[in-house]
Amino acid sequence: MRELLRTFFLRLTSLFRRRHHDDDLTAEMNSHLQMAVDLNLRKGMSAENARRKALVDFGGIENTKELYRDQRGLPILETALQDIRFGFRMLRRSPGFSLLAILCLTVAIGANAAVFSWIEGILFRPFPAVAHQERMVALAGTARGVPGYTDISWPDFLDYQKNSRLIESFIVDRITGTSLSIGDRAERAIGSIVSANYFEALGVHPILGRGFLPEENFGRNAHPVTVISYRTWKDRYGGDPAIIGREQYLNGVQHTVIGVAPEGFDGTFVGYAFQFWVPLSMQETFSTPYKLEDRGARWIEGFAILKPGVSRQRAQQEVSALSQQLENTYPATNRGSGVKLMPLWETPFNQANTLLPTLEIALVVVIFVLLIACANVSNLLLVRSFARRQEMTIRLAIGAGRGRLLRQLLTEGLILSSFAAAGGLLFARWFRNALVLFFPPLPSGIIINLPGKLDWRVLALSAGVCIFSTLLFALFPAMQASKIDLATALKSESGGVVGGSRRARFRSTLVLIQVALSFVLLVGTVLLMKSAQGIENASPGFSTDGVLTSSVDLFAAGYDKVRAKNFRDQLIDRVQTLPGIQSAAFSQSLPFSYNGYFSSPVSVIGYVPAPDEDPEVEFNAVSPGYFSTVGIPLVSGREFTGVDDEKSVPVAIVNETMAAKFWPGRNPVGDHFKAKDQSLLVVGVAKNSKYGTIRENPEPFYYIALRQNVSVNGPLYLRTSLSPAAIAPILAREIRTIDPGLAPMETITMRQQIDRRSYTQKLAVALLGVFGGMALLLAAIGLYSVMSYAVSQSKRELGLRMALGAEASDLLRLVMSQGLALTAIGIILGAIASLALTRLIGNLLFNVSPRDPLAFASAFAVMAAVSVLASFVPAWRASRTDPVRTLRE
Amino acid sequence: MLNSKTEVLQGTLDLLVLKTLDSMGPIHGFGIALRIQQVSDDLLQINQGTLYPALLRLEQRGWISSKWGISENNRKAKFYSLTRTGRRQLGEEAEEWGRMSAMINRVLKTS
Repeated sequence: MRELLRTFFLRLTSLFRRRHHDDDLTAEMNSHLQMAVDLNLRKGMSAENARRKALVDFGGIENTKELYRDQRGLPILETALQDIRFGFRMLRRSPGFSLLAILCLTVAIGANAAVFSWIEGILFRPFPAVAHQERMVALAGTARGVPGYTDISWPDFLDYQKNSRLIESFIVDRITGTSLSIGDRAERAIGSIVSANYFEALGVHPILGRGFLPEENFGRNAHPVTVISYRTWKDRYGGDPAIIGREQYLNGVQHTVIGVAPEGFDGTFVGYAFQFWVPLSMQETFSTPYKLEDRGARWIEGFAILKPGVSRQRAQQEVSALSQQLENTYPATNRGSGVKLMPLWETPFNQANTLLPTLEIALVVVIFVLLIACANVSNLLLVRSFARRQEMTIRLAIGAGRGRLLRQLLTEGLILSSFAAAGGLLFARWFRNALVLFFPPLPSGIIINLPGKLDWRVLALSAGVCIFSTLLFALFPAMQASKIDLATALKSESGGVVGGSRRARFRSTLVLIQVALSFVLLVGTVLLMKSAQGIENASPGFSTDGVLTSSVDLFAAGYDKVRAKNFRDQLIDRVQTLPGIQSAAFSQSLPFSYNGYFSSPVSVIGYVPAPDEDPEVEFNAVSPGYFSTVGIPLVSGREFTGVDDEKSVPVAIVNETMAAKFWPGRNPVGDHFKAKDQSLLVVGVAKNSKYGTIRENPEPFYYIALRQNVSVNGPLYLRTSLSPAAIAPILAREIRTIDPGLAPMETITMRQQIDRRSYTQKLAVALLGVFGGMALLLAAIGLYSVMSYAVSQSKRELGLRMALGAEASDLLRLVMSQGLALTAIGIILGAIASLALTRLIGNLLFNVSPRDPLAFASAFAVMAAVSVLASFVPAWRASRTDPVRTLRE
Repeated sequence: MLNSKTEVLQGTLDLLVLKTLDSMGPIHGFGIALRIQQVSDDLLQINQGTLYPALLRLEQRGWISSKWGISENNRKAKFYSLTRTGRRQLGEEAEEWGRMSAMINRVLKTS
């Protein structure tokens, strides 16, 4: 083995010292012959005979040199190097061709690399800076008979941790939020309640201060300490070197900053960058009520790090067995509850789930773009292989093997795609960051965080794409070129516009494919655009533009319910008297927010639930004037008023769907229903509206009076004709007059609030739009090049036609009709493919059928317009053919 | 045997070269060619040129080494000598050859 390696290495290095070795060999052979001649002379031969005898004994000198060289170097590699050198020379000779080909491929490979890197990032390395991601799995609670996932309680969590032998560490990571008020700037900040082992288990070491200590898991609100992210330290605290020990209010409790996380660590959540972490003991401060000692209170999400060599399946078996033990020991709280270990990308608790379908679409689209680009380059190569027929013919005639020709052409293809791959990676670097630009605006202070790097996996994939595409675009032209028939090669072959050689037919097929693929992308883009517009135009059931929303984080400022209620009353009184503001209201939950609503089991006398039905209905607590301010009409009954307070009977307003379900055929106003333990009097029926997303189906929903169910925090609504920018300073001033320590969050319209919820669709539209545009451009280039080439090749025929009396307009029509016929067939193929493929994006569509005729019609129109444009220039050139000159040539 | 001169069997040239170097010490290509012809009483015919790719092959494997020097007739020539691995290899190859020829002899006698 060592000998083989040694030989290989010597042969390889000899490639670079060829000149030296050749000289050496020549000298050695000369010396051999010289000594032979000397000997022969000594034997008494004549000088001439001595020399002849020496040469005969030696055998062929050139032959020996050849054999020696083959033994010395690596013949395969040597011819490859030759091919590469020659390929470079050929590409330099037609820089226009090379540049166009490389550019087409760069765009395609770059787009592929970018999408790969996003998908790869989310699938394999979602958390940059975390060690052992490959051993990390996500944890979710399960409950028997309940679909989806729940959470885990802290006592259970501790038992799992104590008893598991296959899992290295269990990590609590529960997303939470607060407002971070520094100076006079208040912003939303996303953070996490984590177990004390969080930083250590992840292998993340704070650059300043320390991580959490084991005892900081325990004691109710006993350890008000926080580790902040590098970004927060830099952006919000100005990189203050004396940050450790600084006090900061988080949710109304003074916390001490004990550490700064390293740069590049944004927490363990796909989608958002986390800004702070607090230890588990502070749970109550961030999500009341206190749950740390309650085995029935499930609130924990997190991760487990498996011991090396342990598979997820084995760990799952162990954990399931532990769940069974817990169920036996604590039947009251743990009946039917378990824990599921899942791959990181399947966790239901972050954005990976919502992003992946969009990225899958993007993947299909970039593969289309790659195919189209390959078709283009293939086309260009065919044109050139025609121009190089002379060269190929000569090479074949002087004895080059067809295999060698094929290899030469494939090498040239590989050079093109290697350049393109290098360019593509640069392009991808830029492009993958550009994805963030397509994200809709988020609440200020919240930072988008998409994992994914251009690592070796992406590099390997890009190399694969590069080789694959080379085979795709270079193989057929190369095979065509090496199939030159020597006998007919001298005869000039000029394919007519109408007639067609094999090659012309192949080129037309390529254009067909391009047109068809572009058409599919166009249809997809239009469908998504229509659906995005549909979402834009769909009425959520309340006013969107004349209503603004903002909030003040009273909880973070340490308010209790009584103070919060007084603050709200005062603010509403002040704001409503301001010019330009018609009305104002508060609620507990904000529509179209990620946080969702509270829900409650309800029972109505006279309504018998189905056997397996457990009616649970979502609700919102709203202040007087909410319906008129937000713009939800009441179909019967009345709004909440100031008299609906803690001293009067608890009231509710139900929506139409709830009324129809629980009081079929009756008006529920005046009736009572029970929500949890509270009896509520129905005082009104509100029109249905959308509560969480535009795409949701109507569900039962009810409202209770905020004054009877006071919460500390809640959004403010203003009905006004003023813009958010105009309102924000006024609002800030009014709030400061009531309490100088308070600052409002950003003010936005309800329309903006809705938009923030539908960004998956927007992302898909943006991606498809960009890639679809690329595809269309590439297809247009393809069509144009085929048509202009056809025209340049059939000059003779065109000239003849003209000489025989064809008008310029006839030729224009002839060439145009040729191009349009190609497009037409391509569009038909594309339409058929679209009918099959658009179903794949069905779940992203809103109020649009995947077979929407308008989408098909507009794709048709765009494609037709582009192809008219692409074939017009060549056709126009054809119509200007000078018959005399072309026939003389 | 039909021919008085025999073509060198594929692969045996290496063995011949190694053996020559073993018995002659450092020697140039021409010397090796002469020696092989001499020892085989001119029965073995080799194209002297084919010696050189073989020498290169052996050198690449590290069995022999070469350096330029001056021949007995004051000619500049490249001298080849056996390395330690080369000597070991010679032992193995000779043994292998002995086994092989003995076996072939047996087959020829019995049939």
